[in-house]
Amino acid sequence: MSAALIEARQVTKVLSGIVPVTLVRDIDLAIMPREFIAITGPSGSGKSSLLYLLGLLDLPTSGEILIDGRSTTSMTERERARVRLTRLGFVFQFHFLLPEFTITENVALPMRGLGKLPPRAITARAEELLDSFGLGDHRHKNPDQLSGGQRQRVAVARALANDPPVILADEPTGSLDSVSTAQVFGILSDLVALHGKTVVAVTHDLNLASQMHRRVHVVDGRVVKDERLTAAAATV
Amino acid sequence: MNLILAIAWTHVRHRARQTLVAIVGVMTGVGFSVMMAAMMEGSQDDFIKTLVDSLPHISVTDELREPTRQPADIRYRAAEFHGLTPEVRRPGIKNPMATIASLKTWVPGALTPSVQSKAVLRFAGRNLTTSIIGIDPRTEADVSNLATHMRQGSLTSLYRASNAILLGDRLASKIGARVNSNITLASAEGASMSATVVGTFHTGFRATDETTGYVLLKTAQVLEKQTGIVNEIRVRTADPMQARLISERIGEQTGYKSISWQEAQEDLLSAITLRNVLMYTIVGAILLVASFGTYNIISTITHEKTRDIAILKSLGFMDQTIRAIFIFEAVLVGFVGAVLGWIFGYLLTRGLASLEFKTPFSDFNHLPVLYSAKHYALAAGVALLSSLVAGYFPARSAARLHPVDIIRGAT
Repeated sequence: MSAALIEARQVTKVLSGIVPVTLVRDIDLAIMPREFIAITGPSGSGKSSLLYLLGLLDLPTSGEILIDGRSTTSMTERERARVRLTRLGFVFQFHFLLPEFTITENVALPMRGLGKLPPRAITARAEELLDSFGLGDHRHKNPDQLSGGQRQRVAVARALANDPPVILADEPTGSLDSVSTAQVFGILSDLVALHGKTVVAVTHDLNLASQMHRRVHVVDGRVVKDERLTAAAATV
Repeated sequence: MNLILAIAWTHVRHRARQTLVAIVGVMTGVGFSVMMAAMMEGSQDDFIKTLVDSLPHISVTDELREPTRQPADIRYRAAEFHGLTPEVRRPGIKNPMATIASLKTWVPGALTPSVQSKAVLRFAGRNLTTSIIGIDPRTEADVSNLATHMRQGSLTSLYRASNAILLGDRLASKIGARVNSNITLASAEGASMSATVVGTFHTGFRATDETTGYVLLKTAQVLEKQTGIVNEIRVRTADPMQARLISERIGEQTGYKSISWQEAQEDLLSAITLRNVLMYTIVGAILLVASFGTYNIISTITHEKTRDIAILKSLGFMDQTIRAIFIFEAVLVGFVGAVLGWIFGYLLTRGLASLEFKTPFSDFNHLPVLYSAKHYALAAGVALLSSLVAGYFPARSAARLHPVDIIRGAT
């Protein structure tokens, strides 16, 4: 079995305040390469908080997150940002695209942030990603000229810009109609099946979750069930 | 285009009206700063130039720096003296020609002897106290601009009559005298003489033009009732700014009171310094107020773009990149405002320079202005610095935003 891409060890997150609120508590979770994981649970159960912790968008109050076997506890903000830029891709419920930029420019953003490729190569890759998601004809459009499903596909393309091994998606189909939901879910499935990516998606939709390889069910900030839904999932 | 520049440019472009207002604020600040500096420094330079041109750079008088010591003071170590009349000292500089010859060996510039006297000028039933200056017309042109200020007659006209006098034009018109008028001069020493007006001059300084008359050295010596007396040596240095140093050295060498134009006009120069402090304070305040506009627009953009900031940070953009975006926006506003302000300031200065008016103290036709790159650089520098500071604080707040808080808020 391969080493975990992301690993949570006894992770707890408490929001300080007059009344401290525990978002997640004592979570142990290992995310392996090429897994398609659904994080499910009722509203306010801590699903998204867990995702943000796994994606280094938030820091745990206690416990630690390991990325590629390396602890992130002692990492500087710059190092964590670098990990987000190169090893992780994010897709949110609302597309979160920059409204003043074209969708090509939006997809190019992470590559420009990384600064490894020359501008022409960045544009070429952004257009290639948009083409692969059927958005080639819209490359010069701004996000507000696209439908919800199209925008979410742009968001997935942006998450893939730097070719990270892990895509973290927070309710990626939460605001989409059934047709768009099927399209976006199909893309995420293909990322795992065809491109060898690991996808961790928070979802309310149990029907979608049942089509994934593994389901982590969270209640009151704790993992109450971690089940493999298909035999092939862990070993692909 | 660089990513930071691209994002910053997009932000300000989508807030065109507010950005324009901020730019106009900076432009106005820089423009008026440039104009004020040009006007203040121009009038200051012109004033000093006129002052330097119209006065001797150094005046060596027969007064001593230290008062004469009483013989008893030299003889005894007493603390006080009562009822002693100070020792009578013969007025005038001792051996003036030898002193001038000695100074000429090292002083860079020209020197001329003169006699300062006071006399009551009588004409047509009017009496006016007048400063009478005895000069040598052959060397006077080397130390003053009197020759160029002549309205009627010339310096050599003083040789035309036995007791010839050149009057300030205002003085002449005040008493109603004209060229060839015969006036009477009565000195404090009791000498009285009839003199002929052979010319008039106009320096532009009312005080001089209303109260001064020039005569030959020997005429002034007669008024002072002392043949051969010279009570002032006037010096025009090659570099007026060196006058203070040269004056000190002359004072040490001769023992006489030697006053440079800077020392003589110390009050005025202090007032000019104070004026400059005030001017730069006002200029700074104008630019500071202009920077409030920049602060306003950057703060607005920061508030509007919190979601974008969260997106960028979630993608892996660092705090310093976020900060740089907003600081660049502020600098962009400051830079464009400064460049437009240069043009605006130049046009304002040109407009101001074309205005005509007169002051009661002198008769300049146009407001003197100074075009100096220093003013433009200073105004732009302060504007950019203000913009930088105005942009830094919202930028810092933006960089400190926690992406999760914003994402949670959005969802």
